[in-house]
Amino acid sequence: MSQPGAVQDWDRAMLVARLFALQPAGLVLRIRAGVGPARDAFLAALHDMLPPGMPVLRCPAHPTDEALLGGLDLPATLAAGRPVQRQGLIARAAGGVLLLASADRLPGDTASLLCGKLDSETPPGLVALDEGEADEDLPAVLLDRIALRVDLDALRPGRCDTGRDQLSLARGRLPSVRTPAPIADALCSAALSLGVMPMRATMLAGRIARMAAALAGHAEVDADDAALAAALVLSPRATTVPLPAEAPAPPPPPEAGPEQGEQNEAGPPDRTHMRDPEANNGHQAGRDEDQEAPPDDLRQTVLDAAAAMLPPHLLDGAAAPARGSASAAQGRAGAGAVLGTRGRPLTPRPGRPGQGSRLALVETLRHAAPWQKPRREAVARRTGEAASGRLLVQVSDLHVTRYSRRPRSTAIFLVDASGSAAMHRLAEAKGAIELLLGECYVRRDRVALLAFRGTGTELLLPPTGALARARRSLAALPGGGGTPVASGLDAAVELACQLRRLGETTLIVMLTDGRANVARDGTPGRARAEQDAQASAMRLRAAGLPALLVDISPRVQPHAQALATSMGARYLRLLQGEPERLSSAVRALAA
Amino acid sequence: MNVALLGKPLPVTRRRRATAVRRVFPFTAMVGQRDMTQALLLAAVDPRIGGVLVLGDRGTGKSTAIRALAALLPTIRVIADCPYNCDPAAISPNCPHCNAPGATASPRTRSITVPAIDLPLGATEDRVVGSLDLERALADGSKHFEPGLLARAHRGFLYIDEVNLLEDHLVDLLLDVAASGENLVEREGLSIRHPARFVLVGSGNPEEGDLRPQLLDRFGLAVEVTTTTDLQERIEVLRRREAFEADPEGFTQAWSEPETALRRQIEEARALMRRVVTPDSLLQTVARLCLALGTDGLRGELSLLRAARALACLEGEHVVLPRHMRAIAVPALRHRLRRNPLDEGSATPRVERALAELAEA
Repeated sequence: MSQPGAVQDWDRAMLVARLFALQPAGLVLRIRAGVGPARDAFLAALHDMLPPGMPVLRCPAHPTDEALLGGLDLPATLAAGRPVQRQGLIARAAGGVLLLASADRLPGDTASLLCGKLDSETPPGLVALDEGEADEDLPAVLLDRIALRVDLDALRPGRCDTGRDQLSLARGRLPSVRTPAPIADALCSAALSLGVMPMRATMLAGRIARMAAALAGHAEVDADDAALAAALVLSPRATTVPLPAEAPAPPPPPEAGPEQGEQNEAGPPDRTHMRDPEANNGHQAGRDEDQEAPPDDLRQTVLDAAAAMLPPHLLDGAAAPARGSASAAQGRAGAGAVLGTRGRPLTPRPGRPGQGSRLALVETLRHAAPWQKPRREAVARRTGEAASGRLLVQVSDLHVTRYSRRPRSTAIFLVDASGSAAMHRLAEAKGAIELLLGECYVRRDRVALLAFRGTGTELLLPPTGALARARRSLAALPGGGGTPVASGLDAAVELACQLRRLGETTLIVMLTDGRANVARDGTPGRARAEQDAQASAMRLRAAGLPALLVDISPRVQPHAQALATSMGARYLRLLQGEPERLSSAVRALAA
Repeated sequence: MNVALLGKPLPVTRRRRATAVRRVFPFTAMVGQRDMTQALLLAAVDPRIGGVLVLGDRGTGKSTAIRALAALLPTIRVIADCPYNCDPAAISPNCPHCNAPGATASPRTRSITVPAIDLPLGATEDRVVGSLDLERALADGSKHFEPGLLARAHRGFLYIDEVNLLEDHLVDLLLDVAASGENLVEREGLSIRHPARFVLVGSGNPEEGDLRPQLLDRFGLAVEVTTTTDLQERIEVLRRREAFEADPEGFTQAWSEPETALRRQIEEARALMRRVVTPDSLLQTVARLCLALGTDGLRGELSLLRAARALACLEGEHVVLPRHMRAIAVPALRHRLRRNPLDEGSATPRVERALAELAEA
């Protein structure tokens, strides 16, 4: 069962489900799957595996604080004439399992609330259902805590062997399962080799290893359990491809001989041969041998298991795994998705609370007050008995408070990093942008950085308030290649519209010489490129997005000016040694 | 209708508190992170140092440390049903509960562990400062105040994870309360003030958003945490965690000796605080250091002095020595230096350089 290189098949998904169901408290299971039979079958099986009587609750995609934390059930209270409390989801899920529908759309602050509860006395287990439809990844706080994950998208549901008896036996065994020192050493060193720095991940791996041992009927964690835990918990977090073992004893690759084929099913590249056959066959050969196996072999076994499951982008040598996207999601967390529940209060107005507005109690009572006498009489007529001393409030009395917040604003820098621009004044443009970043810092604005060169546009920096990062990615911006103006404009418009939907204001600052020579589809050719650029500029204008075009060409040329006109943008020429002029222009536009 | 809109003083809703003993990882069993644990200890010895800011990655045991410290500290006596944890020996003059006309002269008291309150990122202003008790208002039309997180944190710790992502208006509010030691609520027809003195502990990762300089400056000490890359240390973390999870009671029992020793050390340090002497020469050194670094205002000097005093007391010294000051200069000053907002480098080397120059002079 713990074949480290096994493909992510249904049986493996079921194994993950069993591990989670063994003791969900405090664990996060991420299920990546669209709505479909595979997900339904998986959830049904998972439900079946959980300890009998464990509460399973569902959390909607955008829960209000009240739904999560509980509070007064207003309609019920008014109807009953006495306070009706509603318990929050979090309180009800204590010691149970909470299913997070559309976890990829979960607001960051809700995720923080939920994750805070994972450290409590009776933590819930979280199942994050990720349909993979949102642009962004799960909130970073949640990502950080994921212990187990399955990807069901490519799977067809197979046999659902829930193994309830096995599970309940394992539950009894779990508290006494211990991790021998060499195994703990192997897990920790595997984490280090994979560049998994947070201690939390290593601790999660330790817990999963113990659970795997309990499930397999082992009295203590052995190499296979640790290998499974490393593959499940550490691999997805890996930031580096482990170096080939420093080989304390010269490894004998040619001698691996016939066993090689068996061990190599999934064919993890070039490291498999380093695996010591003895340690690998440990569970057949008897566990005692594992105990005595020198730590180096153990370490290698665990590391190999993890390495076999490394995400492909790491092996391709692509840098910075998921880090950028995680931070981007986090950047949003401070704001909360619902506008209007926080900030400066506005005057109350009639309406029912909920959907981003809170009950304005004093105002409500004030409106109810004058009608108390007639209402009492009406009640007395209707019921035949005198109304009690309580206040008679009707729905029509309800007033709500709304809050206003200064809309957040994001400056989108669209930088022409093509060869022609680089030759001219890219360095100077960078200097000007740095000045602007300083301005943004003072105003607490966010910035995003897009660069177009060669055949397309790259989002160097998603909207962020961490300006030091912006500066770093700007400094690292290389120049050279064609000038795909159309592609750059399209990307900027898309980003700006996305932000506008979130209620933010945007300002696009484009730095270019305007000499488009790559068309939208990436083919070279000046005529088509300029045509496309004009079309994209018109789109920007049609969308009504404020923009500023900074001409960085050395001589006055019509290109950039024409482009600015089509964009409906303010045009500014960046004169040599006058970066301040740019910042004052931006300030004027942003105000 | 019996809503007394101007009635004074306001009665306060009483909240039942869980009295069950909490299962907390022992403070002394934490591996590594010396900077952070030391800063927290100093703040526990002398809360006037001002809060502690912990900068660094997630999952480095920050919230564990704070809960552990709160559990370790000597229990405090409070008025039994005061929602603001009033000290029976020194009832706060602005506590609405203990100064109410009906309050008895000799109220019942009880002991509680030092509160450690989490302020979640998405917390609304209501939950933080408190609000009108809706339940009571609807039920009998009376106006009661329902205390918020600030009231519960009085005389304890208020922990804000990801303080750099907290909304600006909440940050302003917290700073106000932290500086004045009382929470003033003027909303929804309520007018109430209550004591709220707490050690503010904030954590955050600067990679994910900047902290405003005004906020930085309000923290007494700033420490940087990183995850250790030392294999043996990491193994030790894993093993202790496992031992704790497997048998919390046994584990806590096994660590009770160092816990008691540390608790005694803190108690003695607190007693020593009243007697410890700060030599004039040290005051001069501190002033010169802050001048050389160009820290704004006097907050840097004060925090550094208080932290050095607390450290001396913790070590059982009766005189604050230069080594105490040197040991704590970096955390006390590194976040107060003027800097270019885009300069991402740590200010630590600058403080260290200034210290070295001072030693030579």
